[in-house]
Amino acid sequence: MSQLNHEKATITERRRFLSLMAQSVGLSALGGLVWTGYIEEAKASPLILRPPGALYENDFMRLCIKCGQCVEACPYDTLRLAVPGENKPLGTPFFIPREVPCHMCTDIPCVPVCPTGALNKSSVSSIKEGEEKLDIFKAKMGLAVVDTESCIAFWGIQCDACYRACPVMDSAIKLEYRRNTRTGKHAYLIPIVSSDTCTGCGLCERACVTEKAAIHVLPNEVAQGKLGAHYIKGWEKADEKRLENVSQEVTTHTKRSEKKVEDYLNSGEDLFK
Amino acid sequence: MKSWIKTHRFLIARRLVQLSLLVLFTLGNVYGFRVLTGNLSASLIMGVIPLADPFALLQIFAAGATVSINVLVGGVLVWLFYTIFGGRAFCSWVCPVNIVTDAANWTRRKLFLEQTERKIWLGRGVRYWLLGLSLVLSFLTGVAAFEIVSPIGMLHRGIIFGMGMGVAAILALFLFDLFAVKNGWCGHVCPLGGFYSVVGRLSLIRVKHDHTKCTSCMACKTVCPEKHVLGIVSKQSGAILFGECTNCGRCIDVCEGNALSFGVRNYINVGEKE
Repeated sequence: MSQLNHEKATITERRRFLSLMAQSVGLSALGGLVWTGYIEEAKASPLILRPPGALYENDFMRLCIKCGQCVEACPYDTLRLAVPGENKPLGTPFFIPREVPCHMCTDIPCVPVCPTGALNKSSVSSIKEGEEKLDIFKAKMGLAVVDTESCIAFWGIQCDACYRACPVMDSAIKLEYRRNTRTGKHAYLIPIVSSDTCTGCGLCERACVTEKAAIHVLPNEVAQGKLGAHYIKGWEKADEKRLENVSQEVTTHTKRSEKKVEDYLNSGEDLFK
Repeated sequence: MKSWIKTHRFLIARRLVQLSLLVLFTLGNVYGFRVLTGNLSASLIMGVIPLADPFALLQIFAAGATVSINVLVGGVLVWLFYTIFGGRAFCSWVCPVNIVTDAANWTRRKLFLEQTERKIWLGRGVRYWLLGLSLVLSFLTGVAAFEIVSPIGMLHRGIIFGMGMGVAAILALFLFDLFAVKNGWCGHVCPLGGFYSVVGRLSLIRVKHDHTKCTSCMACKTVCPEKHVLGIVSKQSGAILFGECTNCGRCIDVCEGNALSFGVRNYINVGEKE
């Protein structure tokens, strides 16, 4: 016993250093785990709408320095910085179209002021007469999506509020006329959104007359699906061209496709799992 | 006895600098008054000269991104200023959290907490571990790790752009400094403070001590947020050479014997007495 106490008293400097280091590294690992856990939760905000020209969310989060210069440049107070309590990545710019939509300024004041390039000027520019010029119509802030059940145009009531509010009029939102068989003499004026030209500005969402907007902007990542390469519109020459760039193997891989069709169809057990 | 102004001049000067920066930023945001736009993370003076937080940039690099040249120039300007001149002056002359933690420290003295409270120990080296950890985690998660949790960001963005529940975070920080650890945030935990301690280690502007005038009253050590840097006080003359000294000048304010003053570090006649 006395031997043990003796050893404790004469602990070497080297041992002291090593065990202190071990403690510090261990505590850093502990802190790092908690911290990383928080970051991973905090940066995942799939429903956030970013200013025009924003890079894809991951790259945007990497680059945004949270300086708010885009917010200051916005003349309509559309953009704001996320504050604690909003469950959005802290200090990053976003907008809520139902409150204040993006008015699509042609000089896009929010983009050139970005110091880091998180808002990418060339993604909202087009080449005109050999010069790169800002072009807000190239913005892809999101995509408007219609809830056909709460949109009164789908009931047959005449409403074209979103159609008229849209700054890319008759292109991003088109009205499709369909015969109203209920009355037999009227037409449905159905709003159809095109992802090619919709910028996600949200003026339609702001204009929608229903209590909660029946048309709302979602980030493209959320709103859009993705075709496998082997779905081709055979009746369209342009779409067939996609085949040229496709590699040999074009199969959609899902859990089910691991088996042959006969196998998964004939094994009922697997199907209901 | 020194007059009140004399014993508070650097404190007043610092508050003026801190507040006028915030006022200018806020005017820039709210009224479009373009002297200073942005915030402490990145800004533009008169729409021309860029400034940026070099530590935030370092985290962005660690996260694997390359920034555009403007903000890089801004970061280098700030870095050079503190490396050559300011030392760790950001912490006491610019950072708004300093006002909060100074208030906590003042309250702590008024309530005699030093004599009565339970002591919670925290090493002053914690900030350097957190500084390293910020960069490692930025690399691992792909976002600037400290920027996304920084109460400094919450406070200056809060004042300029709107606070939200950031008030709670700042209150927590105040309570931590008041009841948990003396100078807990700025003197122990803050990785940005750690960053500027390293960056400003060799800077020119230094507090200097003349021990022949010192009465050993230790008033300087009572107010100093990093009192270990004042090790030479009453023992020998010289400059305070620790990177952790924030150049706040509070020690100079309270020194009745004028034994402390700001001066320029002597790099040329090394060996000679400073």
